[in-house]
Amino acid sequence: MSTIDKNAKYRPSHEWARREGNLVVIGISDHAQHALGDIVFVELPETGKVFKQGDTLGVVESVKAASDIYMPLSGKIAAVNGDLAGSPDLVNKDCYGSGWFVKIEAAKLPEWDGLLTPEAYEVESGKEE
Amino acid sequence: MNLIPEPLVYELSSPGRVGVAMPDCDVPGTPIPAVFARPELKLPEIDELTAVRHFTRLSQKNFSIDTQFYPLGSCTMKYNPKVNEAAASFPGWLHTHPLVGDGYSQGALELMWKLQRVLAEIGGFQAVSLQPAAGAHGELSGVFMIRACQIARGQSGRTRILIPDSAHGTNPASCAMAGMEAVTIPSAPDGGVDLDALKAVLDDSVAGIMLTNPNTLGLFERNIEKIAAMVHEAGGLVYGDGANLNALAGILKPGSVGIDVMHYNLHKTFSTPHGGGGPGVGIVAAGSTLKDYLPGPIVAEKDGTYSFVRPSASIGRMKLFNGNFGVLVRAYTYIRMLGAEGLRRMAENAVLNANYLRVLVEKTWKLKYPRICMHEFVAMGDVAPGVRTLDVAKRLIDCGFHPPTIYFPLIVPEALMIEPTETESKETLDAFAATLATIAREAVEHPELLAQAPHVTPIGRLDEVAAARCPVLCYRG
Amino acid sequence: MPFIPNTEADRQAMLSEIGIGSVEALFDDIPAGKRFPKLDLPKGISEMEVLREIGAMAAKNATASNFAWFLGAGAYNHYIPALVPALASRGEFMTSYTPYQPEVSQGSLQAIFEYQSMAAELFGMDVVNASHYDGATALAEAVILAWRSAPGRKRVLVPEALHPEYKEVIRTYLKAFDLKVDEWTGSASRAASGVDARTCAFVVQWPDFRGELHDLAGVADTVHAAGALFLVHVDPILTGIWKSPGSYGADVVTAEGQSLGNAMNFGGPFLGMMGVTTKLVRKLPGRIAGEAKDHEGRRGFVLTLTAREQHIRREKAVSNICSNQGLVMLQTCIYLAAMGRNGMRKVAELCWHKAHYAASLIGRLPGFQVANGTFFKEFTVKTPVPAAGIVEKLERLGIVPGLALSRYEAKRDRELLVCVTEMNTREQIELLARSLQEAAK
Repeated sequence: MSTIDKNAKYRPSHEWARREGNLVVIGISDHAQHALGDIVFVELPETGKVFKQGDTLGVVESVKAASDIYMPLSGKIAAVNGDLAGSPDLVNKDCYGSGWFVKIEAAKLPEWDGLLTPEAYEVESGKEE
Repeated sequence: MNLIPEPLVYELSSPGRVGVAMPDCDVPGTPIPAVFARPELKLPEIDELTAVRHFTRLSQKNFSIDTQFYPLGSCTMKYNPKVNEAAASFPGWLHTHPLVGDGYSQGALELMWKLQRVLAEIGGFQAVSLQPAAGAHGELSGVFMIRACQIARGQSGRTRILIPDSAHGTNPASCAMAGMEAVTIPSAPDGGVDLDALKAVLDDSVAGIMLTNPNTLGLFERNIEKIAAMVHEAGGLVYGDGANLNALAGILKPGSVGIDVMHYNLHKTFSTPHGGGGPGVGIVAAGSTLKDYLPGPIVAEKDGTYSFVRPSASIGRMKLFNGNFGVLVRAYTYIRMLGAEGLRRMAENAVLNANYLRVLVEKTWKLKYPRICMHEFVAMGDVAPGVRTLDVAKRLIDCGFHPPTIYFPLIVPEALMIEPTETESKETLDAFAATLATIAREAVEHPELLAQAPHVTPIGRLDEVAAARCPVLCYRG
Repeated sequence: MPFIPNTEADRQAMLSEIGIGSVEALFDDIPAGKRFPKLDLPKGISEMEVLREIGAMAAKNATASNFAWFLGAGAYNHYIPALVPALASRGEFMTSYTPYQPEVSQGSLQAIFEYQSMAAELFGMDVVNASHYDGATALAEAVILAWRSAPGRKRVLVPEALHPEYKEVIRTYLKAFDLKVDEWTGSASRAASGVDARTCAFVVQWPDFRGELHDLAGVADTVHAAGALFLVHVDPILTGIWKSPGSYGADVVTAEGQSLGNAMNFGGPFLGMMGVTTKLVRKLPGRIAGEAKDHEGRRGFVLTLTAREQHIRREKAVSNICSNQGLVMLQTCIYLAAMGRNGMRKVAELCWHKAHYAASLIGRLPGFQVANGTFFKEFTVKTPVPAAGIVEKLERLGIVPGLALSRYEAKRDRELLVCVTEMNTREQIELLARSLQEAAK
């Protein structure tokens, strides 16, 4: 059984988003990191880049699989987790904490309401298990 | 199998040693401008015997067809006759130049022309280009041809290619390289294309379909004629992935059931060596609709004289010069020895061996589709709780067999895809089936034997995660 | 039947185990009307007969062993030491598949790793992959790599003097993409200033098709300042004496590796080589071997970074390439190991000295002129009469003097591309010069 961060909201494609001050932190869920296996590489954009909701934000790779990461919300990249370059395993170890991907300045906060609640995501991702 | 660690060639180096002595310069020298001169060249320095031992020992760390049963599904690891090598080693092939001109290369052109003809006949097609260097390269050529034909028909909006979910990964990747969108269509419960799902996506955005037949489940697509008709009706074209032609040569001409363009892997069906990864050849053959779009040049004959010509609407050149010519010589040698009767025998025995092995394996293993198969079949490796296909594969290595293809096709969980080929004897198949039965028992009684396998190889399972996280891709002294 | 062990008795036993009466019954899924077609092929023959027949065809070709050979233009007559084919043709190398099971493929994998290491040294690059189909497809894929690395830049600058067949392959490969190929002329350093904000790559063939060996000093700075990648397609033999493309700041280096231990073979199989800087490694197409450890800490090699590839990424892969030129790459690996530091330098020096000696003789002939500034082993000669006629005359005398450039470009009818390697003796070179003079009369 995967863990779920009750303070975050989710996309069905397994990204989470969590509001921290003026920014929104984005990562992938425990369910996703588990399905991918040992993560060996995370490709992330540069700060300052602007994305729309649903755009491909980056790629996460394990030995046997690769998966695109999609933007849960539209916005501008304010910070990128530089630690992932040297330690991609942080995503496996602590996907809701030190394994975060980017922080964004969200452009359209109403999009937030369209994301899955932790309860709804738990049901969604449970179907795949 | 050589179990002794072999140093890297750099680690065998000692300054001043010479492997190959070159002649002294017999002309007056010209100084090399100092500003451009290379200050240092860090290559190994080893003597010839050290080189010979090094590479001989490395070779002894490989499983190969020459040393082991190698039932790798969809790869057709059949015996590569030694006569192929002899035929390809004539100096008249090795030391002839691609630009010497048609007049001085009539022998090479003659061989290419004859090979084009026999390959067209085998598939029931009108013309063949020998240029593509691999299956994926043939696919890319074929998708380019479909695209060019659709544009010529005024149908440039057709940018989608339909691909069954059982297909090789090269199919969608080739579409992307050709600027087309790959659309996956699901398989029906019987392993074939789901006709309703196909019908639902056939609209005027579809350029064509890519079909592997027999498919990667080892099953012949029984609805092939119906599928081709539906796609043609909707304005699309049909690409045949010939990866599994070994089951069909002399049995069915793919061109006779609606395939418009197809690649054949000469390194599978036509016995040219895989070489640890290549060189292959993925010739493309086409019927009346697409033959003018073939990559070129191809060889034409007039009054006993051969020359290069370019198909009238050719997609252009896919490769330098004349394709992997040396591989063509090997394939032609093989076909010439077999003739029509031999080719049919080849396919018949490939399918017979696969079915015989299937029936034996089925006694202890679950099969995805327990029915008559073509050249290969797919078993499932989770023979006992907690046992994975990877463990079974590694345990087979201990028993002296190369593992089958594993975890492919993607639609079968824990897939073990087994293709014995026609060049294996009944005794080999019996021994392999008996070993699989033993492993099935071990999986229950001694699962640790599987989990820790292989035990008798130069190295154990490698930490691929660490290798990918901090890649070391070069010797760094 | 050749190559099939099953006897009639075996077949019967197998059919009865399967539970069917005949082999034909295995093919019931195949449309009945189309099943077992007649194939109009010549009747099969024995091994002895086939070798006689194919040997007769092979004997019709002109070869570099029967002629004084000065034709290069992308396929080169270099010496292949005897150990190269002897070792590469071992069945354990030749009849193995792609090394997907590392425990029983350490031979192939270690050889790939050694090849990658030695090729990276030649190029002066960080990483080299396990090969492409040939130099032209490698360069085409390098251009695609550059295009994908710089989204929005839709122009690539290639030399006007790029090998015409390379241009053709690039054109075919790029047909589907929204990418414009422009050609540069003149010196590389001046042409590099043509790189603008729309350009993703500046390509140099080194030496170019007509033999010119451009000075690359400063080119990388200009190209990088404009935000594009610098691609160099190099003659790998040149790197034995010349500063590497990497030392000039190349981002991607490609090469045709046929020269390194592989026969001309009427144009294939050849070896596409590609190397990149560490920064671009995740965009590099093709297979790559890497070092790894097993649970006991023993060193081994494994195909790595595979998530870039088609079998995982499918339509999102960096390329559709699946196979490589394994055996050709192995030949090159053995060649580089056996030639080593001294041999590679020596071959390159022999090519340099002999080509310059030939050029000095030919340049002195009345009406002939060497067109190049700096060159390596191949140079363009301006001829007083059409070069195609000269070639025809000399071929009858047992000399293949080079390539008449009119083959690819009608207006260059008085230009002959002459290639001199370590294989050409002083006598052959002097014979060539004398015969050219004779033929121009």
